Amino acid sequence: MAGLVALLLTLPLVGLRTVEVQSRLTIEPHLAEVAMTAFLVFLGRLGLTVAASGLPGPVLLAALATLGAGWFLPFPTEALRVLALAGAAVVAIRTLWALYRRQDPRSQQERDRSLDLWGARLQDATRLIGPVAVVLALALPFLPFTDRAVLDLGILLLTYIMLGWGLNIVVGLAGLLDLGYVAFYAVGAYSYALLAQTFGFSFWLCLPLAGLLASLAGLTLGFPVLRLRGDYFAIVTLGFGEIVRIILLNWGDLTGGPNGIAGIPRPSFFGIADFTATPASGQVAFHQMFGLQYSPLHRIIFLYYLILALALLVNLFTMRIRRLPLGRAWEALREDDIACTALGINRTTIKLAAFAIAAMFGGIAGSFFATRQGFISPESFSFIESAIILAIVVLGGMGSQIGVVIATLLVIGLPEVFRDLAQYRMLSFGAGMVLIMLWRPRGLLSHREPTILLHPRKSATQQHAEAVGAP
Amino acid sequence: MTSPQDFAEPLLRVEHLSMRFGGLVAINDVSFSAQDCAITAIIGPNGAGKTTLFNCLTGFYTPSVGRLTVSHSGHRWLLERMEAHRIAGTARVARTFQNIRLFGGMSVLENLIVAQHTKLMRASGFTLAGLLGLPVYRQAERAAVERARYWLDRVGLVEMADRQAGTLPYGAQRRLEIARAMCSEPRLLCLDEPAAGLNPRESADLSVLLTFIRDHHRIGVLLIEHDMSVVMAISDHLVVLDYGRKISDGPPAVVRHDPAVIRAYLGEDESESEDDANGEDRNRREGQGSC
Repeated sequence: MAGLVALLLTLPLVGLRTVEVQSRLTIEPHLAEVAMTAFLVFLGRLGLTVAASGLPGPVLLAALATLGAGWFLPFPTEALRVLALAGAAVVAIRTLWALYRRQDPRSQQERDRSLDLWGARLQDATRLIGPVAVVLALALPFLPFTDRAVLDLGILLLTYIMLGWGLNIVVGLAGLLDLGYVAFYAVGAYSYALLAQTFGFSFWLCLPLAGLLASLAGLTLGFPVLRLRGDYFAIVTLGFGEIVRIILLNWGDLTGGPNGIAGIPRPSFFGIADFTATPASGQVAFHQMFGLQYSPLHRIIFLYYLILALALLVNLFTMRIRRLPLGRAWEALREDDIACTALGINRTTIKLAAFAIAAMFGGIAGSFFATRQGFISPESFSFIESAIILAIVVLGGMGSQIGVVIATLLVIGLPEVFRDLAQYRMLSFGAGMVLIMLWRPRGLLSHREPTILLHPRKSATQQHAEAVGAP
Repeated sequence: MTSPQDFAEPLLRVEHLSMRFGGLVAINDVSFSAQDCAITAIIGPNGAGKTTLFNCLTGFYTPSVGRLTVSHSGHRWLLERMEAHRIAGTARVARTFQNIRLFGGMSVLENLIVAQHTKLMRASGFTLAGLLGLPVYRQAERAAVERARYWLDRVGLVEMADRQAGTLPYGAQRRLEIARAMCSEPRLLCLDEPAAGLNPRESADLSVLLTFIRDHHRIGVLLIEHDMSVVMAISDHLVVLDYGRKISDGPPAVVRHDPAVIRAYLGEDESESEDDANGEDRNRREGQGSC
């Protein structure tokens, strides 16, 4: 049965591939792969059924054998091999789980609780993870295995982490579902590109300006929209995101339309030195200033540290503001906006502040993006970007800073790591999402730490124990 | 019971208030006043317009006709012209809700700190001073925590201060909502059925708490309540509504013998509907007391 479903599903997805033959699109069948996939799914499903009906032992052996075979035997394509490996691993884990569960007479609710307990423990561990991750990130450019590709991936990840942290202010703290965050990212990128090209402003002047312009855009959008609630709000922000993209596409005189803007100036080393091999006369290049051998990596490392600093700035800001009245009011707004009004909180200004601040961070990230790429076009700011950033925030657990990092590693990192799988790599994106939704539907780290305590600090694990102990 | 003091101007004066929703008249030409340092109870059968009256007072509805004046500290505010958040922040009218509206995901203490938002926001220099970590804000926050601790102590929730508000038992949530309203330092406190769903002992505790609030804080309390044991024990003044009209107004001893009230409240056939109401009340209490 499952094999049949898999056959139906994979037939159009895997079996038919459009290829360009002599400037014409034709469809190329890959029936062998389809058959193999269906067969593998059939085997996997069979294994699960047998395991469930009481024979987990042999199935476990078979799964492990497949795992071993998959590792060493050649497969027709890399994708099939990964599929077989992953499938065998899943079957092995499921059978182990079945074995474990048989000896475990707890109810579903108790099991959920124990999962929550693990979440709480993880949350406790994050107190250590945070500093460790920062140190690791700082040391990354000097680690032995680091090359250009790793640094580029690091920059990409950090950009999304920064965007995720920025959006977290609106979505995670203030509870406003913003589907058009990429609009502010675009405003920031185009602000930098245009200011730098038209007026010759330096990157360091443009960075705050771009943030300012983006937050102005946030206010402009905010005024009419903030009366709306829930779904309506989300739809209007979605529309705004598209409006910005379409304006960029059609205002050819200013933005270059679909051609975008090329030759955006690169940042200098704090306005003192450039990252060039041969500096203009009378100027000193970065490598000369520090007496180093010239290497194109210097600029990349500098960019890496730049985005790391910006992202950490956003994080620091959020961590601080959560302890301030404004941040607390945002969270209160998310919980119950009517009660907020009854306590004298002006909803409009609070929401506008959240919007403007998040937009500012989006704009700063945007101008970083522009200076890193050196080229921007409306294509980089489509809805899918907004969706990805939102997915990062939601999957990470709304309002959780570490959750955003982990979710970014999954959502952006996995497809990058699996680049070898060619067209199947987006599958890992989907699989990651499905797994998170299955295991932790409220996000990876949904546990929330109070921002202020009356009694001495307790770990999340203890709090969990208390919450379970209470009726 | 303290007798209502005679002020030149009562704390709250409601004049000719009417509220219409399309063709439905929820409140019809109601006038009464509430004194400072006194508990004024508003009672009436279901659908009499009590909660609508509260919504008009706290700015959630704009009344169709009428004037709502709050006077204290030498100022007068016309509530019907103010935005809801300014009624709470400037005219200092606080309220609780019939269906509890706590910030469930936040801790108990955070709920009480958010209630002091306006004050803290000013102390934090609208976030700037707070971001820089200036001592002004830290001091204000410490004061806010102390105020919260005081009220937590009053409602007996100090031990639970760091728990998530949404995980508290029902009675504790009710008390926390009152504490939260009090943390915003109101001059007029509007309580919408604070005893709903409480067991008899919790109701008695509530009466003690409300009398304490009236006697030790300079505040007027406006109370909507169905639980007559609470209402009769603590209120200084009663206003009875029925079908949006005021049918009686006066001290409890007078109102309870007013024939118009008995007719509206207990029905024409006195004994039967009284039994009904009591039975229903008991059922409800038992149902909620057990969880």
